Amino acid sequence: MSTKYMYSLIAVIVLVLLAYVGVEAAGLQIFFGVVIPYLAIITFVGGFIYRVMEWSRSPVPFRIPTTCGQQKSLPWIKHDKVDNPFTAVGVVIRMFLEILFFRSLFRNTKCELSEGGKISYRWEKWLWLFSLAFHWSFLVVLIRHLRFFLEPVPASLQFLEKIDGFVQVGLPGLFLSGAVLLVAAVFLFLRRVYIPQVRYISLAADFFPLFLIISVALSGILMRYFAKVDIVGAKELTMGLATFHPTIPEGIGGIFYVHVFLVSVLLAYFPFSKLMHLGGVFLSPTRNLPNNTRAYRHINPWNPPVKVHTYQEYEDDFRERMIEAGLPVEKEL
Amino acid sequence: MSKLPKSDEYFSKIKHDKTSGAEWMDTPTVIREGMFCYAAKPASVETLGLPFPREWNPLHEDWKLPENWKEIIHKGFRDRLERFRSFKVFMDICVRCGACSDKCHFFIGTGDPKNMPVVRAELLRSVYRNDFTKVGKILGKLGGARELTLDVLKEWWYYMFQCTECRRCSVFCPYGIDTAEITMMGRELLNLLGLNIDWIATPVSNCYKTGNHMGIQPHAFKDMLDFFVDEIEEVTGVLVEPQFNKKGADILFITPSGDVFGDPGTYTCMGYMILLHYLKVKYGLNITWSTYASEGGNFGLFTSNEVMKRLNAKMYAEAKRLGVKWILGGECGHMWRVINQYMGTMNGPADFLEEPVNPITGTKFENAKSTKMVHIVEFTADLIKHGKLDLDPARNDHLKVTFHDSCNPARGMGMLDEPRYVIKNVCNNFYEMPRNCIREQTFCCGSGSGLNASEDMELRLAGGLPRANAVKYVHDKHGVNMMACICAIDRAVFPPLMEYWVPEVDVTGLHEMVANALIIPGEKEKTVDLRGEDILDKEKVGTDEFYTRPSFSGR
Amino acid sequence: MSIQLVNLLEQKKTTIVKKWFDLVVETYQPDTSQFLKSRKDAFANPVGNCISQNLGPLFDELISKMNYETTRSFLFPIIRVRAVQPTFSSSQAIAFVFSLKEIIRENLKKEIREKQVADDLLLFESKIDGLGLIAFDIFMECREKVYSIKANEERKRTFSAFERAGLITEIPANRSSLS
Ligand code: SF4
Ligand code: SF4
Repeated sequence: MSTKYMYSLIAVIVLVLLAYVGVEAAGLQIFFGVVIPYLAIITFVGGFIYRVMEWSRSPVPFRIPTTCGQQKSLPWIKHDKVDNPFTAVGVVIRMFLEILFFRSLFRNTKCELSEGGKISYRWEKWLWLFSLAFHWSFLVVLIRHLRFFLEPVPASLQFLEKIDGFVQVGLPGLFLSGAVLLVAAVFLFLRRVYIPQVRYISLAADFFPLFLIISVALSGILMRYFAKVDIVGAKELTMGLATFHPTIPEGIGGIFYVHVFLVSVLLAYFPFSKLMHLGGVFLSPTRNLPNNTRAYRHINPWNPPVKVHTYQEYEDDFRERMIEAGLPVEKEL
Repeated sequence: MSKLPKSDEYFSKIKHDKTSGAEWMDTPTVIREGMFCYAAKPASVETLGLPFPREWNPLHEDWKLPENWKEIIHKGFRDRLERFRSFKVFMDICVRCGACSDKCHFFIGTGDPKNMPVVRAELLRSVYRNDFTKVGKILGKLGGARELTLDVLKEWWYYMFQCTECRRCSVFCPYGIDTAEITMMGRELLNLLGLNIDWIATPVSNCYKTGNHMGIQPHAFKDMLDFFVDEIEEVTGVLVEPQFNKKGADILFITPSGDVFGDPGTYTCMGYMILLHYLKVKYGLNITWSTYASEGGNFGLFTSNEVMKRLNAKMYAEAKRLGVKWILGGECGHMWRVINQYMGTMNGPADFLEEPVNPITGTKFENAKSTKMVHIVEFTADLIKHGKLDLDPARNDHLKVTFHDSCNPARGMGMLDEPRYVIKNVCNNFYEMPRNCIREQTFCCGSGSGLNASEDMELRLAGGLPRANAVKYVHDKHGVNMMACICAIDRAVFPPLMEYWVPEVDVTGLHEMVANALIIPGEKEKTVDLRGEDILDKEKVGTDEFYTRPSFSGR
Repeated sequence: MSIQLVNLLEQKKTTIVKKWFDLVVETYQPDTSQFLKSRKDAFANPVGNCISQNLGPLFDELISKMNYETTRSFLFPIIRVRAVQPTFSSSQAIAFVFSLKEIIRENLKKEIREKQVADDLLLFESKIDGLGLIAFDIFMECREKVYSIKANEERKRTFSAFERAGLITEIPANRSSLS
């Protein structure tokens, strides 16, 4: 048992109990249903903006893209416009592929040498696949939840739900995204526990958000499929939050508050953690800059003045020998 | 029967502690002989006016640090966070996904888990969390934070100088986190305390004073090239006449001094001389060498951005003084990272030069129109494409060649196909190494970024294993006997690496092969190449037998 | 060695070699050894690959003639790697050879107890000792190679170029201290 994830697990369990007991025993519905969500949103938005501003405050002194393909050079040499972008368009496509499809993780190949010495490449797909599944399903779940904040629910959202729920299992129909999110998160967790290299580098701070997300997903699923929380009541509450007329409808059940509380914690935790990679990836200088410094000068705002050893000083040091060796000099002896 | 004695009872010292589950922070770092380079000599640090020159020894307990060293580091850290967005963002956004962890040649070769790129970065990041983030401060070790102690500092030093700044990890990171950049910051911080290695500090100070890393004075530089003139005449029967510090030349040529003063780079240097001579007699192109800017390489890159700028300044200064049109740069790895990604920013704009045009072919080097410096391989490729070079690739038929992409041209520039084009035009037998260790995924030589001293040979040999292993594969499979590269450090460090792992394979620069294939006006019948080795007799062995269509097998 | 023991060992070869491989990679730190074990890529994991490629043939050699040259050729690549990994002391670098004894004893427990092969086993173990000696030779050879490379690198590169050029006397004093 590693203390790293034990602490995180305990923390999440405590959070769950806190909300449940707070609502069921102490009747703190307003606190957990209104105050906390508002605080969380404020922290999230404020924190996120603050972090991004902080990053942008530091300048980019040098243009240092990591080039992953052929540079643009002679016209007849095929330039890799995406992996070694020369223009802003190239950069946008590179970033697009990176952010939406995790292109760099995709690059992970494994090459195998068979007995006969033949090489074959196999693609190491699991990390890529599950990260992709994780992030995309997260996004879908998030969008789906907009239905709790919009009235009437837009058609596009209903359409998304239809697709998401196309495997018709159980009643109410199972949303694929929720299930995928849970499975992927569990995979990412197991990976951290079972692959020694990854375990070696993992911190408590890597387990905590995973547990948090897993329990958010679990409480959501529990609510929808098993505890069958009063959806109408839930929506009344969320609409109240969205329209700034908070209300606490009767009888929504503790599990709903647990769900809301965990999401709030996740939101509030977000800006102060590695989850900020969401914002950071846009600012990564090795990916978001074109490799064209030889054609267009990049400006360093703090370009420091430095002391150099000038040619004159150099010639002064060696004039005699230079003349002796027949090298031209500026100033004769 | 009594229990058989277990050998580990005798060999408890031999077995490693089973530290499974131990965290890297709890594993103390032991500085081992063979894995580090000697400390910088005070004289070299002094020449540059860098802080705290002193005699110190990494193996000693006392590193003779200034009293307020923690404060200096803290301030330096903050300073760099404020000046480099890369550093700040990279400190914050790593999710420890592990995609980079097994991509570092030092991890693969040494088996030391602290050589995983992400751990290397965490060495600094842990202190960052403690000193600059509230969450880190509150959660402490649980949040992956730790205080800066003397042991931490020593660990930094040990592992910052076990990274060749090759950027291979950055290729695989989903956020592009570049551990090389973090290492560069780490080294800048260490330099604030005078904790450099001699193999970097002394070349830097030499370069500053005399114009090149080797500290070779102008007359000796010329002597050396004059000597090459004799050697070239012996082999080809042609007298080449290099010019030095020539005002009004068309082009200034700058190459790393390693090629002038070390084998087998010297043959590459002769290659340049032959090519430049050829262009002069055939097309009247006037290219000059400089003794002042006699170093293309820039170990300042491995020291700090300021030092890099100080050394790099000479290139433009000399080009301006001589009044040339543009600058041509020789084959070198880190030199080209500096030129491609730093030079224009640091010492530009070079508006006293012209936008480079190849006067022979008329090709405009659009990609270099601001920096005004062209890579000689781009230049040669252009000449070959336009049929301006008389080449007989059969003269390299005694070679079976593979190509090693040097880290910096590959991942800091993207020069991948130009050298391949040149190779395929100057020799007939070319074989690629496997795809996942060439081009942008190329494995480092293990000795880059100033780690090519002799005292850290074990580190170099272990770090070079992944590369050598792939070379061995093409050697076994295709009989490859020559590895071409476009980096002076490669030419210096691969011979020992090959001697240990694949003694059958030798190392060459691209322009050595170009020169061997080049038919120079007035040359005598060639029987040997620049190294004095017999060229395969064309009559006896039909070239067909050796000719295999060069291909990009890995693509 | 009797046919009986050879047959036994041949039968159990897969298990024994697998265990041997595990023991060799476990001489690395656990986080590393998992990588060495799991990543089956000759280029991304040259160390693990080199071990797994050579242990099997080495074992075959042991239970047959144990020809010096062939044995050496399988042992050499493994030791050559370990000779430059300074996390190993000299004994640690070659100790894996002797772990084979342990593994075989584990695997032939029953047969040993029934005294079927005990004598033969002693014979076989002295073969392993022989292997250890070869390993020692190789290790020393590699270390000497490293030292000679260390010592000669500077001379080979720079000095020889200078010497050819007749410039040897002009090397600035501070260079020589670097070699
Ligand atoms: S690949 Fe990037 S995000 Fe993942 S562990 Fe490495 S540096 Fe961190
Ligand atoms: S830059 Fe290269 S040497 Fe440094 S950590 Fe990354 S892969 Fe390793």
